[in-house]
Amino acid sequence: MSLTPVHLQFIAIGGLWTIGLSAIAFIGGSIIGFALALARISPSPLVRRLAAGYIQIVQGTPLLVTLFLFYFGLAVIGLDRLPAIVAAGFGLVVYSSAFLAEIWRGCLESVPKTQWEAAECLALTRWQRMTRVILPQAMRIATAPTVGFLVQIVKNTSLASVVGFVELAQAGKLVNNTIFEPFTVFIVVAAFYFVICYPLSAWSRSLERKLNVGRR
Amino acid sequence: MSYQFDFSALLPYWPVFLQGVWLTLKLSALATVFGFVVGTLCAIARADGPPWLKTVVAIYVETIRNTPLLVQIFLVYFGFASLGLKVTANTAAVAALVVNVGAYTCEIVRAGLESIHKSQLEAAECLGLTRTQTYWHVIVRPAIERVYPALTSQYVLLMLASSITSQISAEELTAVANRIQSDTFRSFETYIVTGALYIVLSFVVRAAFTLFGLVIFPRRRKLGTAI
Amino acid sequence: MSAVVSLSNVHKSFGAVQVLRGVSFEVGPGEVVAVIGASGSGKSTALRCINALETVDSGEITVCGHKVHDPALDRRALRRDVGIVFQSYNLFPHLTVAQNIMLAPTCVKDMGKAEARKLAESVLARVGLSEKADNYPEQLSGGQQQRVAIARSLAMQPKLMLFDEVTSALDPQLTGEVLRVMEDLARGGMSMILVTHEMAFARKVASKVIFMHQGKVWETGPGAMLDDPQTQELREFLHNGL
Ligand SMILES: Nc1ncnc2c1ncn2[C@@H]1O[C@H](COP(=O)(O)OP(=O)(O)OP(=O)(O)O)[C@@H](O)[C@H]1O
Ligand SMILES: [Mg+2]
Repeated sequence: MSLTPVHLQFIAIGGLWTIGLSAIAFIGGSIIGFALALARISPSPLVRRLAAGYIQIVQGTPLLVTLFLFYFGLAVIGLDRLPAIVAAGFGLVVYSSAFLAEIWRGCLESVPKTQWEAAECLALTRWQRMTRVILPQAMRIATAPTVGFLVQIVKNTSLASVVGFVELAQAGKLVNNTIFEPFTVFIVVAAFYFVICYPLSAWSRSLERKLNVGRR
Repeated sequence: MSYQFDFSALLPYWPVFLQGVWLTLKLSALATVFGFVVGTLCAIARADGPPWLKTVVAIYVETIRNTPLLVQIFLVYFGFASLGLKVTANTAAVAALVVNVGAYTCEIVRAGLESIHKSQLEAAECLGLTRTQTYWHVIVRPAIERVYPALTSQYVLLMLASSITSQISAEELTAVANRIQSDTFRSFETYIVTGALYIVLSFVVRAAFTLFGLVIFPRRRKLGTAI
Repeated sequence: MSAVVSLSNVHKSFGAVQVLRGVSFEVGPGEVVAVIGASGSGKSTALRCINALETVDSGEITVCGHKVHDPALDRRALRRDVGIVFQSYNLFPHLTVAQNIMLAPTCVKDMGKAEARKLAESVLARVGLSEKADNYPEQLSGGQQQRVAIARSLAMQPKLMLFDEVTSALDPQLTGEVLRVMEDLARGGMSMILVTHEMAFARKVASKVIFMHQGKVWETGPGAMLDDPQTQELREFLHNGL
């Protein structure tokens, strides 16, 4: 048997799920990751340490194991009838949040301390210093690595297949199980990923170049 | 919530877990060494090779960096098997990891190479070293020293990513865990222990790289800083 | 009338390094105090303590009625009354000159945009930079950036201005334009403390000169003190230049 348009369509739908799951991971991860980045530079040592601990634990665990933990963990608290996307979504959100937090903390810290001080001396509140002075500068630096990490997210959604979520990689696996043409099938699947990821990579690189030119 | 945690069921399995840890270390060490060689050669080719080779390396790097490791592993394992190249899961795992981490290494080392000034090369040539000697001592070594922290992070990530090879049942920690959980039915506990082992592993691997760096880069040892 | 600033027996250490070792002085309303001294004598640290950027180890600092040494100090209230200008300008690079100036009045004093803009234009006119309102800091020379930094502080209508070597990073010809702005301010009756290496300027503008040495106020006097130093240390300092 060979790859038919029906198979291709099935894989393409998997591709849409990959994009959807990536969006969930990125949005959820951004919200938690941003809070974590703020916690990492908090004046309170306890808050800083808690955030650092969370990040270290998540970054020290393979995403695959994190996904298993959510899959079996949800079952443990009696939520074993949920669709696969729930465990996959939770796992990827947690994973993204830790990495985004570290990326953004670096960007926040790269804004010189004197900018904090200048804003403080103008009687701005901590919140105003953050939102009006530090964040706008940090965000300029953050876009390139953030887009770069988006590529990691898209690729890592492929692991959601282990908890039974049918995204691009799993769709490929299922098609391969029926036609047994692994070489063709996985090249096609890889091509789908490439089409999603390459523009993001290129965008990230051009953003970085622009930033470097701007800085000189 | 009435779940009773029971880690005691896992107790008899601790030698199996340890075995898994050992296998993961072995697998990632192999992949790291070969991946480093492949990546460094590619970086040199990309920086100073003939144009056609530069293009080939660029395509390799971009392809690998923009597709998931899982799919690369499937391609190597199932794909090559279907072409008549029968390889064991472990060989396929190492091969896929080397190809994968080689591309990332290439990018990192290339950035290092680009940060070294060519004037250094002329200075060394004046000292009468051969071209290859010069290239190694004056360009490649300092470049690698400069990007050593980035390489360290990449290889810690590789160690964690090697868990993905459990999907083709290569022998490593996660595959071992999969087996234990199906034996004991204590899935959640099994993966908690597995996660904890990986966290320890990532600390150990990072520490090992730091120590190794101190040994091979005396400058780092003396000054405590990169170049 | 009571002093705008008073320091009494202020001590401050960084780890084992004693930087301020019992500093006391006062600044009266409308007074211009120039602080001079060798590098490392604690001038910047003293200014930073006055503005609560550093907390003192012991001693008392009162600024415009705020007890700065008090752990319960309302820092924001203090900073509404005190403006500070640094050697490195520290303008916000992502904001235009006008936006730099309008930020604090709109955030802190809830001023409307239009009113803040008018205020910005008026302080910019005072420092002679009306035409630069819509430029970004990086488009200005060092001297112009420093004048914007002064204008930004003035927009908060402070009762006291602190200047920490504001001309040290500037070429001689740019130094003059910044000093002129400060001289105008002094004539307008602003209370000021300025750390400076410009002896001629200190002699001309300051109502009081404070010579710091090894974390202490070593010698105090009117500007003329610089022509007739009483202590060996001040003599050497003046003789050796900086
Ligand atoms: N945050 C800090 N941590 C540790 N030491 C500090 C800190 N800030 C200042 N110091 C030390 O305190 C001493 C006095 O510093 P200060 O900046 O007050 O000197 P200064 O009189 O302003 O000198 P300069 O003319 O060079 O600006 C110096 O020895 C400096 O190294
Ligand atoms: Mg100073």
